[in-house]
Amino acid sequence: MFESVLVANRGEIARRIIRTVQRMGLRAVAVYSEADADLPFVKEADEAILLGPANPAQSYLDAEKVLEAARVSGAQAVHPGYGFFSENAAFARAVIEAGLVWVGPSPEAIERMGDKINARNLMEEAGVPVAAGTREPVTDLEKAVAAAAEIGYPVMVKTAGGGGGIGMGVAHDEAGLVKAFETAARAAARFGGGGDAAGREGPAILLERYIGRARHVEVQILGLADGTVVALGERDCSVQRRHQKVVEESPSPGITPELRERMLAAAVRAGEAVGYLGAGTVECLVDADEQDFVFLEMNTRLQVEHPVTELVTGVDLVEQQLRIAAGERTEVPSAVRGHAIEFRVYAEDPKRFFPGPGRIVEWEEPSGEGVRVDSGYAGGNTVTPFYDPLMAKLCVYGETRAEALERAREAVAGFRVEGPKNNLPFCAELLERAEFVDGDYDTGLVARMRA
Amino acid sequence: MAEVRAEMVANVWKVLVSEGDTVEDGDTLVILESMKMEIPVIAEDDGVVAQLKVAEGDVIQEGDLIAVIE
Repeated sequence: MFESVLVANRGEIARRIIRTVQRMGLRAVAVYSEADADLPFVKEADEAILLGPANPAQSYLDAEKVLEAARVSGAQAVHPGYGFFSENAAFARAVIEAGLVWVGPSPEAIERMGDKINARNLMEEAGVPVAAGTREPVTDLEKAVAAAAEIGYPVMVKTAGGGGGIGMGVAHDEAGLVKAFETAARAAARFGGGGDAAGREGPAILLERYIGRARHVEVQILGLADGTVVALGERDCSVQRRHQKVVEESPSPGITPELRERMLAAAVRAGEAVGYLGAGTVECLVDADEQDFVFLEMNTRLQVEHPVTELVTGVDLVEQQLRIAAGERTEVPSAVRGHAIEFRVYAEDPKRFFPGPGRIVEWEEPSGEGVRVDSGYAGGNTVTPFYDPLMAKLCVYGETRAEALERAREAVAGFRVEGPKNNLPFCAELLERAEFVDGDYDTGLVARMRA
Repeated sequence: MAEVRAEMVANVWKVLVSEGDTVEDGDTLVILESMKMEIPVIAEDDGVVAQLKVAEGDVIQEGDLIAVIE
């Protein structure tokens, strides 16, 4: 086992990884930007190295600076967290070439799954169901129009290399497609979602048939050091705004045991198809009425919402990632018990979900039985506009879903944030919304709440 | 005269008009970026851009003056 880990990330996930690294008796090295100097993850690390200015390109996304920080600090492994370098095959390769341990799947696996079109075709070959859609990247509008006509409207338009919902849009007709294509192309150019994994030039856009009443359900997999792949239950991530997740729960209240079994088996096949090592997530769209599913994409990293899986399985996924990366043969109990829900506490207004960064003048986290808070900030910190709006993840656990909901209501009411705008009022509202309470919701839920 | 001010802390990503330009109600003046989200700033009156107080790459605070439309 290596003795030190550099965490190439920021905020709540850096802090959460550092916690496990230190619990395992290893040394945690943080890297940070000027904007983040006062955040808890910097203070709690055993060593923290300043990378540069707030702009990610000059700090968290500057590969040379991050590798230099690893060299200077003597770190032996690099954990990328999520976002930033987590699904960047070139960076993973650079880490390995520098003689360090990369805490993640092989660069080859990242490449193969990072390109959504590639991944989709690969999954189809592995016998995993996929949605009707383009098998090659669409690079211009004319081809997109032709492809959409063939697939049939409505279609989902997204960047082949992108993630996090950036640039995604639904088109109901040709006029809508023109708009959605431009949005996706612009996002591809701006956020590096332009099929970068495959090294293509220009926008690479993917079109797929859009399922109306869909649930977004994903399976957590772990590729173990001995080559086997296990599934650790699923997470329902259907509470979304702007195609980004807000609330996740495990188990999904919207799938039958029979469908769950099929999805978990398919996720294991997906992992085996790429010789997957470490933590990964197979995202699927579930047709709630038909109780059927299609593969959406595979994320070759730790997910934001991994705590709900940890709460229902008792497995520390970060510890598993580290042990697997070190080549240890671990045994993972995959049984799921109870129910867990995560609420992303975003610095945004609870009505329109517009960003509302600012200085935190009051910060009081709820605690108690069945409550876990993974936060990136504390009182006195400033939430800046440079990074994503996630301030904390409020997670609750109960023996039953009803108990988890009850604990969630109390915990949301007990979470006090003053300063930045925050979506806790939205979380409280959601917990009184009948379709969420009943578990009978789909990805259109938030839009209906704001209609 | 109408002052256009920032609704939140943000980076100025794109400036789409110059001083002296004629704009209409609903035209996009600048595009801000905050927390990985693009936020267009829209003219709420017809007129001429008399002052433009931001440049691409600036970080602006809530309430900061972006432009004056006359």
